[in-house]
Amino acid sequence: MPLLEVDNLTVTLATGRGPARAVRGVSFSLDRGETLGLVGESGSGKSMTALAILGLLPDGAQTSGRVSFDGRDLLGLRETEFCRVRGDRIAVVFQEPMTALNPLHTIGHQVAETLTLHRGMTAGAARAEAIRLLDRVGIPEAAQRVDAYPHQFSGGQRQRITIAIALACGPDLLIADEPTTALDVTIQRQILDLIASLVDEHKMALLLVSHDLGVIAENVERMLVMYGGSIVENGPTEAVFARPSHPYTRGLFGARPRLGGGRGVRLTTIKGTVPELADLPQGCPFAGRCPLTIPDCSSAPPPSIALGDGHAAACIRLDAVTEAA
Amino acid sequence: MSAASLLQARALRHPSFVAGLVLVLLLIAMAALSLVWTPWPAGEMDIPHKLALPSAAHWFGTDSLGRDVASLIMAGARNSILVGVIAVAIGLIVGSAVGLTAAAAKGWVEELAMRLSDFTFAFPAILSAIMLTALFGPGIVNSIIAIGIFNIPVFARVTRASANAVWTREYILAARVAGKNRLQITLEHVLPNILAVIIVQATIQFATAILAEAALSYLGLGTQPPQPSWGRMLNEAQLLMFQAPRLAIYPGVAIALSVLGLNLLGDGLRDLLDPRLARRR
Repeated sequence: MPLLEVDNLTVTLATGRGPARAVRGVSFSLDRGETLGLVGESGSGKSMTALAILGLLPDGAQTSGRVSFDGRDLLGLRETEFCRVRGDRIAVVFQEPMTALNPLHTIGHQVAETLTLHRGMTAGAARAEAIRLLDRVGIPEAAQRVDAYPHQFSGGQRQRITIAIALACGPDLLIADEPTTALDVTIQRQILDLIASLVDEHKMALLLVSHDLGVIAENVERMLVMYGGSIVENGPTEAVFARPSHPYTRGLFGARPRLGGGRGVRLTTIKGTVPELADLPQGCPFAGRCPLTIPDCSSAPPPSIALGDGHAAACIRLDAVTEAA
Repeated sequence: MSAASLLQARALRHPSFVAGLVLVLLLIAMAALSLVWTPWPAGEMDIPHKLALPSAAHWFGTDSLGRDVASLIMAGARNSILVGVIAVAIGLIVGSAVGLTAAAAKGWVEELAMRLSDFTFAFPAILSAIMLTALFGPGIVNSIIAIGIFNIPVFARVTRASANAVWTREYILAARVAGKNRLQITLEHVLPNILAVIIVQATIQFATAILAEAALSYLGLGTQPPQPSWGRMLNEAQLLMFQAPRLAIYPGVAIALSVLGLNLLGDGLRDLLDPRLARRR
């Protein structure tokens, strides 16, 4: 049985311009110990999907569909029950290490928080465990620095601390929402390696959300590409990278800057802009921007066409795509 | 240097803070001293020596009943502080609880709390205090309650606004993700982060409370005789405005300096505790 099963998840947000469907009919599953990447631009619905799984959507948001974690339905879970799942079975690492830590508490206190909350540990035992965790994530001299405050650490170190907090109770699922976007490149590598080794060590499932194709390429076994709240392509990372099939995915890959292109080479872009969530068209969300748009694209959401080996893309013009390649 | 000693060093260089602190400490010292010693027993009448001019024996002279003015000023400080502290405490505790709950619960709870606050706010403070004491009888207890009641919406508003800002921060989301419920987050994460705002507001409300108590006593609705009160001293001095204007000046200056001191202290604290200005380290 998969650890996490998301079935036809739809999230509707209440915005000033009327209801906006941030996530439309997203379905995927994740087994224990598996790694899955979620790629997409800002506004594609990837963070909303993660928040929906955790039950932390903003007030006024409505969800439909099914999210099942270890056999339990999460969408209907009462808040008190959910508080027991969060932090203990599912943990999150956020994008902004500078603001994800409370400036008024020591890092030792913040790492120990989940331990005292979910494991009922005494302060002393929690502190000892916190030191061990901080050491494991690579904070030097953890025993001396456990009583330091977040502002006394650099961005990379703060991200390590948030990882320690996420791992404290040994969760089954780790959701990493753009964990390295706010860090510089050399630190990015270290943090991703740390996450990968911890995921391996603890046999956790990893849902890695990112807009960086390079990060996705090296860290996850399977990937989903999201646009306008829907999954447009999914499959094993290698397969998607070898044969990007959906026009949007091809656009993403084509838009990556290449070294050695010579001066004056213009970067390829995807024409147009991401539409407002409240204005998404009825059919394919990419209709209009897509160079292969035909009238049928806007009539209904395209079905997912299997391309073999678990690789699939949701487009009715896939044959045209391969011709154009 | 630790954060605390850095703050202390900055505080002592801040003119508003120092001036305010000096005045407030003076006020408190005066009140504390009056518990064990005053130049003359406060309120003891001495008709043969009424309306005496200031002298070595009577530093501020005596009033129309021969009572030593200096002693009355010192003893009056006690009442002002008592009313101020308790009334602000009522407003702070109840108001902050309402504000924090409104920010945490949102939805109709927040709407209800804020509309009730608005309703209470709509009545001018002194007027509602007068109305309450007129309805339920004059006296120090009722004036404390009345002043306390009009402090509640002030704290509720201020706390709700600051708490709302804190709830949007990412470490609050991190705390929710860790599995903390809203009550735990409110007490452990939100409250410590808005403490500075509450402290500053309390100092300012203290000043308002002293003024309100003086106003009520002036009208005869506050502290009743024989308990000394600056407001009532002002009232009694009114009849003798042309004979002995000094009798109005002493309590007037006492009230003014107390309120000034508290306002300066509040401003100083606000500057010192504002994290945006605190970055010059």
